[in-house]
Amino acid sequence: MYCQWHNFKDVLSIMIRTIQIKSFFVEIGELTYFAHRFFKELFSKPFEFKELLRQCYNIGNKSLLLVGVTGFIIGLVITLQTRPTLEEFGAESWMPSMVSISIIREIGPVIIALTFAGRIASGIGAELGSMRVTEQIDAMEVSGTNPFKYLVVTRVLAATLMLPILVILGDTIALYGSYLIENTKGDVSFQLYFNKVFNVLAFGDIIPATIKTFFFGFAIGLVGCFKGYYCKKGTVGVGLAANSAVVSSSMLLFVIDFIAVFVTDIFFEI
Amino acid sequence: MDETKHTRKKAEANKSKKLMLEIKDLRKSFGDNHVLNGFNLELFEGENIVIMGKSGSGKSVMIKCLVGLMAPDSGTIKIMDRNLLGLDQRALDELRSEIGFLFQGSALYDSMTVKENLEFPLRRHKHKFGDLTDTTPLVQEALDSVGLVHALNLMPSELSGGMKRRVALARTLILKPKIILYDEPTSGLDPITSKEIIELMRSIQNKYNTSSLIITHDVDCARVVSERMILLIDGINYAEGTFDELKTSNDKKVKAFFK
Ligand SMILES: Nc1ncnc2c1ncn2[C@@H]1O[C@H](COP(=O)(O)OP(=O)(O)OP(=O)(O)O)[C@@H](O)[C@H]1O
Ligand SMILES: [Mg+2]
Repeated sequence: MYCQWHNFKDVLSIMIRTIQIKSFFVEIGELTYFAHRFFKELFSKPFEFKELLRQCYNIGNKSLLLVGVTGFIIGLVITLQTRPTLEEFGAESWMPSMVSISIIREIGPVIIALTFAGRIASGIGAELGSMRVTEQIDAMEVSGTNPFKYLVVTRVLAATLMLPILVILGDTIALYGSYLIENTKGDVSFQLYFNKVFNVLAFGDIIPATIKTFFFGFAIGLVGCFKGYYCKKGTVGVGLAANSAVVSSSMLLFVIDFIAVFVTDIFFEI
Repeated sequence: MDETKHTRKKAEANKSKKLMLEIKDLRKSFGDNHVLNGFNLELFEGENIVIMGKSGSGKSVMIKCLVGLMAPDSGTIKIMDRNLLGLDQRALDELRSEIGFLFQGSALYDSMTVKENLEFPLRRHKHKFGDLTDTTPLVQEALDSVGLVHALNLMPSELSGGMKRRVALARTLILKPKIILYDEPTSGLDPITSKEIIELMRSIQNKYNTSSLIITHDVDCARVVSERMILLIDGINYAEGTFDELKTSNDKKVKAFFK
């Protein structure tokens, strides 16, 4: 008898703790439904092509400088940090290959996607959130334009398309930053450095890394829109939407990254 | 009672007029919060009805049900002989182009200029005006009827509250709707600007011969604009009649509105 009661109490306390976990799963469910709706509306007419281009320009333009600076610093820092270790083993000539592989495969996409999330997910969350709170989304609906198509589909698509381009740009700048250090510290010429880089990089490095950035961009756009579109009333809601958009999309990035590396491992045998 | 006799007389007079909007037994709850408990309303062509009710009594909920922004739990809504709740998306959008909706907080798109704000409803409803290539004359006309032609290229953030309300009004006018729903058109405005907006509503009514449903807290606004008034209390149309009829009513809940 005592044992049963004890069990019951245990179960109860676990249940109370899972309420939070439950709301987590509810949110995952809602996000999945949101994604489902995205794909449904993506392929149905009318297409908001002009708005899509505008969003691509906006999103790309907003994050260009940030991505450039981040990429450059990644290149500098990684090279500076790795160099002493390789020097110890007398393997400085491996620097370009090592740095380029780690930047292209992992560090470039993930860090640039994270800065992108900080800039774009919060921006979208706050923008759509305030549009929801001030009834602008309702006004769109009433005037015959499907707000999901006009606001959400365009933004998610723009984020999906722009992030890969930004990552390629950021990676390139990072490699250039790394070259600058190698050039000053190791007297490596531009041609030699990039010869080594391109010798070591294979399709198995570039293709999966690029494909996963599409998913990163999609996740960031989707979470930003999701948080903003279902924003709670009041200005507190807008802040919360912006904030949780960044947190949730960053978390999602790591999950996607893990899955991507896992899948790549199977298909490309790193 | 005298009141009901009068309303009945009026209703009989209305019989010859076209019924624009009919709500029957509208109910809506949010969990345990029963907001609407069987609300009824009839709006005839060219008529102005003012709806008054306390804050939180469900006026905005009711008016949002009328344009399909919220789905009621039960009841019927007929707009110009079409049953709103049974329409598919396309038919709903078409019907919506006949209804103007002035939002409580103006709801101007703040990333767009005044001109783009006004052009927005035209994106999907251009066919209403035949083969339309240049929307500028329509925009000009709508802005002209609210007296804000000079604001064409300003952003909403550069407008005052009263100007925003007028631009919002111009935006609802641009599709030349047959019914206009006003959700507190004078809230948050000073008395003088409120008067201007009220005057504007009257002139628009004369110019376009619209029927309007006006939600307001503002007794002055109700007195000037209304032909018939409905008090929304406890989720039902608690009392109905002309302004003077309701003002002289002996009911305690009704009296509270006119203090
Ligand atoms: N989306 C919603 N979810 C849950 N409850 C809601 C929602 N919208 C409105 N309510 C509730 O319905 C009730 C009526 O709200 P409504 O906005 O219609 O009031 P109102 O009469 O327009 O008041 P006001 O004059 O302040 O605008 C309120 O109690 C509100 O909490
Ligand atoms: Mg309201």
